[in-house]
Amino acid sequence: MSPEPFAEADPSRPAIRLTDLRRRFGATGAVALDGVSLEVAPGEIFGIVGRSGAGKSTLIRCVNLLERPDSGEVEVLGRNMLALDESGLRAARRDIGMVFQHFNLLASRTVAGNVAFPLEVAGVPRAEREARVAELLPLVGLEAKRDAYPAQLSGGQKQRVGIARALASRPRLLLCDEATSALDPETTAEILSLVRSLRDRLDLTVLLITHEMAVVKAICDRVAVMEAGRVIEAGRVFDVFTRPRTATTRSFVAEVIGHSVPAGTIARLPEPRPQEVRRLLQVLFAGPSSTRAVVSEVSRRFGLDLNIVSGRIDAIGGEPFGVMTLAAYGPPDQIDGAIQWMRSIGIEVAEAVPEETAQMKLEAA
Amino acid sequence: MTWLTPAMQDLLIEASWQTMLMVGAAAGIAILLGLPLALLLLVTAPGGLAPNAAVNRPLGLVVNAIRSTPFIILMVAIVPFTRLVAGTSIGTTAAIVPLALAATAFIARLFENALREVDRGVIEAARAMGATRLQIVWKVLVPEALPGLVAAVTVTLVSLVGYSAMAGAVGGGGLGDLGIRFGYQRFMPEVMAIVVVILILFVQGLQSLGDWLVRRLSHR
Repeated sequence: MSPEPFAEADPSRPAIRLTDLRRRFGATGAVALDGVSLEVAPGEIFGIVGRSGAGKSTLIRCVNLLERPDSGEVEVLGRNMLALDESGLRAARRDIGMVFQHFNLLASRTVAGNVAFPLEVAGVPRAEREARVAELLPLVGLEAKRDAYPAQLSGGQKQRVGIARALASRPRLLLCDEATSALDPETTAEILSLVRSLRDRLDLTVLLITHEMAVVKAICDRVAVMEAGRVIEAGRVFDVFTRPRTATTRSFVAEVIGHSVPAGTIARLPEPRPQEVRRLLQVLFAGPSSTRAVVSEVSRRFGLDLNIVSGRIDAIGGEPFGVMTLAAYGPPDQIDGAIQWMRSIGIEVAEAVPEETAQMKLEAA
Repeated sequence: MTWLTPAMQDLLIEASWQTMLMVGAAAGIAILLGLPLALLLLVTAPGGLAPNAAVNRPLGLVVNAIRSTPFIILMVAIVPFTRLVAGTSIGTTAAIVPLALAATAFIARLFENALREVDRGVIEAARAMGATRLQIVWKVLVPEALPGLVAAVTVTLVSLVGYSAMAGAVGGGGLGDLGIRFGYQRFMPEVMAIVVVILILFVQGLQSLGDWLVRRLSHR
């Protein structure tokens, strides 16, 4: 079942298929990859998110074999990468563009020279190289900087050169290694929207790694969360954001859409009346339920007083969702009933953790 | 200025020419041999593009041995080799052989350091683009390190001016030799002074030229 080394692109086949990748480093045997498997479909933007040391950098380097896994299988654009000889591997790499955190441009070459570099390496004749550079620079908005040297460019401009260079040999796959981590938030947004529009126009598949969940939220279709060399959670970005299953993912998600309730707010809430309790509920609306008048319905059905402590409405990939923290006042059994009812119509409900208790948990850990 | 006879003027001009010839020829040979040597040292080093301890260790050892031998001793020690290469063991041509040997070892280490300064990320990017090792060497390593390589040539030229003063020991002539023979042994401090002044001008000129070139080539 091992694929032909030079098989043509097949849209039904994953652009990348990694199977049980394992990689240890050095004599100490630090494990970078501990059995990672994942598939990236053609045309999607797939994000891998994780803290530093989670193994994501090793993983992306295994795709074009800058790093060789100790075991496992790497299939990229229909090629069995590990079965290629050196010249086959070089040819395969020309089909895979790569963008780097620190841009990695040649300081001795102009913008045009940098963009032409992969073509030069591939033996493309000069006239053709120049024509291709003239095509690529407008694509990344750098026509005016053709003859500038990297040292004369801003970070965002350097990354645009990096992207143009990565696209020079018309790759079908783009690897982004923390491509926006050295940029300020505004420039990050610019570069991300550029990557997305290039994906749409050039029919690219994009695999990116990042430690910032905001990047995933901004452009990814699917995401895998890595920790200690393993993929601990993967799925559609919307699902992972709205229904994180692991603590690590929850903390990543909280960076972007979290809204812990400040302790001061809780202190200012009214005390419950006798025979009543006050409970904090974190409610997440996603999908069809997000349009329902849930708060007033709960209040009516269960006779509860609901105080909205915090809330926000957001969208991921055009899909809206809302997160809200409610202070519910009423008899305990009625509150339980309300929670069950909300869950029955597809709303996620969790007992909210105010900041001070969250803090205490952290210290205890 | 009674000491500056026409004969002495001729001697100064001849010695200047000899110094330039020795320094220039030795530096030229050192650059031609030193660059491949430096690349070989770098590429075969652990973690290099083609790690190979069997090449790297002995090569590094030889380079270090040449560098740690005092030049005056090296010059005498390799007389048989000099005779083999230059056909004679005395004279300016003969002096070029040990000068070139010492300068090659010297510049190889300087070149190696300059090449090592090239950002690993840039090399990785070239690998990711499907560059061969040879392409990485000639299209990435050497052009990226060029300002550093030129600075290394400047340092080597200046050192060679100093080394060439010892060439008198094998009858190589040159300014240093003139200074010793006339200025010191014949008690003509004026000759010594003018030799020193000419040498200072030489070194200044070389250094300024080198610095200017580095500035032109550097795009950082």
